[in-house]
Amino acid sequence: MRFSINWLKQWVELDLSNAELAGKLTASGLEVDTVTPVAADFSDVVVAKITACGPHPNADKLQICTIDHGADESVQVVCGAPNARAGISIPLARVGAVMGEDFKIRKAKLRGVESFGMACSARELGLSDDHSGLMELPQDAPVGMDLREYLELDDQAIEVELTPNRADCLSIQGVAQDVSASCQVRLQPLEVTPAEVTVDDTIEVTLEAADDCPRYVGRIIRGIDPAAATPLWMIEVLRRSGIRSISATVDATNYVLMELGQPMHAFDLDKLQGNITVRRGRSGESIELLDGKQVELDDSLLAICDERGPVALAGIMGGLHSGVTESTTRILLESAWFKPATISGKARDLGLHTDASHRFERGVDPQGQVRAIERITQLLLDITGGQAGPLVHAVSEVHVPVQNPVRLRHARLNRVLGIEIAAAEVTRIFTDLRMQPQFSDDSWTVTAPSDRFDIEIEEDLIEEVARIFGYDNIPAAHPAGELNPGVISEGCVSLRLIQQALCAAGYQEAINYSFTSHSQLAQFRMDEHVLPLANALNADLEVMRTALLPGLMETLSRNLRRQQDRLRFFETGTVFVQRDSLTESAHVAAVACGNAMPEQWGLQARKTDFFDLKGDLEAMLSLRGEDSALLDEVEFRPAELAWLHPGQSAMVAIRGEDIGWAGSIHPLILQQLEIRDPVLAFELDIDLLSKRETPNTNIISRFPSVRRDLALLIPEKINFAEVRRNVIDLSGDLLANLVLFDLYSGQNVEKGYKSLAIGLILQNVSCTLTDEVVDSLVQNVVQGLEKRLDAQLRG
Amino acid sequence: MESVKQILKQALAEIEASDKLPALDELRVRYLGKKGEITALLKSLGSMEHEQRKAFGQAVNRTKGELAQAINQRKQVLEEAALNQRLASEKIDVTLPGRGQQRGGLHPVTHTLQRISDIFSRLGYDIATGPEVEDDFYNFESLNFPPHHPARAMHDTFYFGDGRLLRTHTSPVQIRSMQKQGAPIRVIAPGKVFRSDSDQTHTPMFHQVEGLLVGETVTMADLKGVLQTFVNLFFETPLEMRFRPSYFPFTEPSAEVDIAWDKGDGKEPGWLEILGCGMVHPNVLKACNVDSEKYVGYAFGMGVERLAMLRYGVTDLRQFFENDVRFLRQFH
Repeated sequence: MRFSINWLKQWVELDLSNAELAGKLTASGLEVDTVTPVAADFSDVVVAKITACGPHPNADKLQICTIDHGADESVQVVCGAPNARAGISIPLARVGAVMGEDFKIRKAKLRGVESFGMACSARELGLSDDHSGLMELPQDAPVGMDLREYLELDDQAIEVELTPNRADCLSIQGVAQDVSASCQVRLQPLEVTPAEVTVDDTIEVTLEAADDCPRYVGRIIRGIDPAAATPLWMIEVLRRSGIRSISATVDATNYVLMELGQPMHAFDLDKLQGNITVRRGRSGESIELLDGKQVELDDSLLAICDERGPVALAGIMGGLHSGVTESTTRILLESAWFKPATISGKARDLGLHTDASHRFERGVDPQGQVRAIERITQLLLDITGGQAGPLVHAVSEVHVPVQNPVRLRHARLNRVLGIEIAAAEVTRIFTDLRMQPQFSDDSWTVTAPSDRFDIEIEEDLIEEVARIFGYDNIPAAHPAGELNPGVISEGCVSLRLIQQALCAAGYQEAINYSFTSHSQLAQFRMDEHVLPLANALNADLEVMRTALLPGLMETLSRNLRRQQDRLRFFETGTVFVQRDSLTESAHVAAVACGNAMPEQWGLQARKTDFFDLKGDLEAMLSLRGEDSALLDEVEFRPAELAWLHPGQSAMVAIRGEDIGWAGSIHPLILQQLEIRDPVLAFELDIDLLSKRETPNTNIISRFPSVRRDLALLIPEKINFAEVRRNVIDLSGDLLANLVLFDLYSGQNVEKGYKSLAIGLILQNVSCTLTDEVVDSLVQNVVQGLEKRLDAQLRG
Repeated sequence: MESVKQILKQALAEIEASDKLPALDELRVRYLGKKGEITALLKSLGSMEHEQRKAFGQAVNRTKGELAQAINQRKQVLEEAALNQRLASEKIDVTLPGRGQQRGGLHPVTHTLQRISDIFSRLGYDIATGPEVEDDFYNFESLNFPPHHPARAMHDTFYFGDGRLLRTHTSPVQIRSMQKQGAPIRVIAPGKVFRSDSDQTHTPMFHQVEGLLVGETVTMADLKGVLQTFVNLFFETPLEMRFRPSYFPFTEPSAEVDIAWDKGDGKEPGWLEILGCGMVHPNVLKACNVDSEKYVGYAFGMGVERLAMLRYGVTDLRQFFENDVRFLRQFH
């Protein structure tokens, strides 16, 4: 809602500076967006009249004008505007005038002819974008008068951003009513007198859908002058409200819209046939709207119809073929009330947003129709002439909403706000808000005026009192009450620890959108069970992600293109898998590419490989607590996953439950993404990985441990986990730990075998181990491995 | 006796002259060892007369002590020299770069989320989460958005076409928490939210923290107090705040909160909106079966990216989701 302060001052006796007014508006709930001057900054521009106009001897496009500007002598001005001609009134910037900050009008010579001043276009004065010619002022504009004074340009326009509950302020009348309460200033309501009815032209209106439209007021005006010009004062008020002048009839409807908040429509009566019916649309019907849009009707849309069918979409927009044109002389004015629920969302569904729909959706005063139509009749008769017919007032009173009384308890008010407000102050506020308060039993019963759609319950009244009393006058306090803290469980690793562990291992956190393109998921074969959006913004954001990996790979590839070649990223977030039902799970994923370590001296550079990533992953999993060394709760199981290198991929499980995967991204995918180095990645379910147990302390052995190293030849095809499992099994209780300290194959190792160097750390909790015990244990391990795995002890 | 003096003199000279620990040790063996010269002299005592033996013995023992002391002194000198030499040879350039992994870092939005959560945790709020795919009931209806209400137009919603939608705020977590726990309750709900809007100042996904406190003695004055505390703690400086009336379907009275923010452009601090809040609407309490006569509550919601932008001087919202590592590495 945009309006000029001068206009507001016609409604309330304001004694505030513009800044104070803006502050008051914002503080009372009408948030001021901008306060802007209604014209450019200029001085010494006056109303002037061109008395003579002749050709320039040296330039075809210039004319030499003689201009009367109210001084004893006229001045000569060279002018290039195409509409410069004798007899018109225009704004003249005299010699010495200052336009804007530093543009000073001087005496000048244009193509050899002297010029004393500048005739101005509307754009040069900051009044509009029109620069097609000189701004033409009304003929009766007093020559010599300062233009700022004549047009009252020392004015500012305020734009307020209104919340959806405050439709009452979508007019200057509404703003003035609220300002009257918030600033405690007197309201000077507009007096509207019924127009004199001079013809008996009338039309019948039938409310078939009386619930949707309980009131429809119409009036015929005949004999209007379609060429009548809109008066300058009206053009200026509209301009300052951000509305362009179109024609006298349209301008008048817009003016009353902005003045009283009642949307109105004018039909060209000659294009209507028969009487008016307000009813729901029927399938098969259609209408071409004023903006040229063709709309198919159905039962959900309310229509204004003549005998042939729909002529307007109620509360949204009129039809093209029944609208007023440059030749219209007989009009039917419509001033109706439509139920918000009927109009709500309809314009939006049609891709439309109009001043009318904006207001009807939020609520228009159901008692304001007659007043508004009388007001516009008055204006039109003044501007366009013509004769008014009688009012046609179709109403279904039972369907017109009424305001119910609402009760506010003084104690409740104070309890919710946390402050004592005196009863007299509250009564004053309700009175100023036109709510007719009745005070008894320490509570008020109030009835809201018919233009307020947001006063139904006690809380609505608390809000009204609070906003007029001033939120700033409510003190800051602190809640008292029982602290009832929830459990912080040691039964799971916190997300924060997981994030910190990955940061420490060199991974940078990324946050990608939770939706992505179907094709991106398909590239990773992760496009099964996707959940697609019905109204995606674009094809890149059309389905919910089923995994974090694709987004991280895109992050990686985009950064690689920015000359970053060693990159590590992680992300935590929700992924969405739609099977019979939707599963939302929290995942953590990481990708690593480039060298294993940052480039540094004393360290041979090498590319990141699976075991670097696995080490980082194990470090993260160790947040669950140090596994009691040999339980092997975390398991990496060779697996084939479509997006991973078939020989370098694993499912990760904890206590036999799969929690995710780790591996090297498939070379074909890397090729598609134009990534040259291998990329290692993992993705795990956070809820599954973070389960942990509260530590329970074990006894630490007082006796020394013994270490025995074994060099074993093991068949190539047997993986380390199997060897490890067997060693643990064969060692029994004395094995405290087991380390792999070398792995070798190639020269000096029989083909088909690999050499493993394993250290066994043995310890007994109750005594020192003897050589015999150790030797027999080692012998048992070796013999067992020979038998079970075809292993050989190396010499 | 002469021979003793002679040996002492010679030995002392040799000890003084020795410049290596092994050489010194050889001297020790030669004079004081089992077969050393001094030891030999002591062995010769047995064949002497009593008187002579006493005097000679004393002399030899004295000499032995002197030699032992000389050898020890010399040993210390040589050891110290050897240590110094070793230390000198082991000198390194301590200005060389250290070795190891380069640390990663958290995303600035995560930093901000953690900071907000920490502050409210200290104020006694529990942290709650909820699903990102919601339905109309949790996202709108239970929060007092009537069907087709224009307030819904303020939330450009992503739909799945079957009644489900992406939550447009974390307020549904309010409902879920209250349904589960009832009143009194003190909780914040951080998380991702989605709106179908994308331009310079809007991203289709962003983060919100919503707070809820319901109790028997809660007032709007408390709401002002808690938010002032939060702002002061978050920005580590007391900032002037302004509460102005606004509208949210799920709170009444509702307010938007501005802070006086110095943009560092030399001008006076201007008002900058940072969060929305209000007293929980009775319809919301009713939707959660909480007695709206007995209990009063307040709720507030804030945009995490907005706070992160102010805190860290980020000027373009979209940078948060471009994941340019050069941008991200600035936040550790």
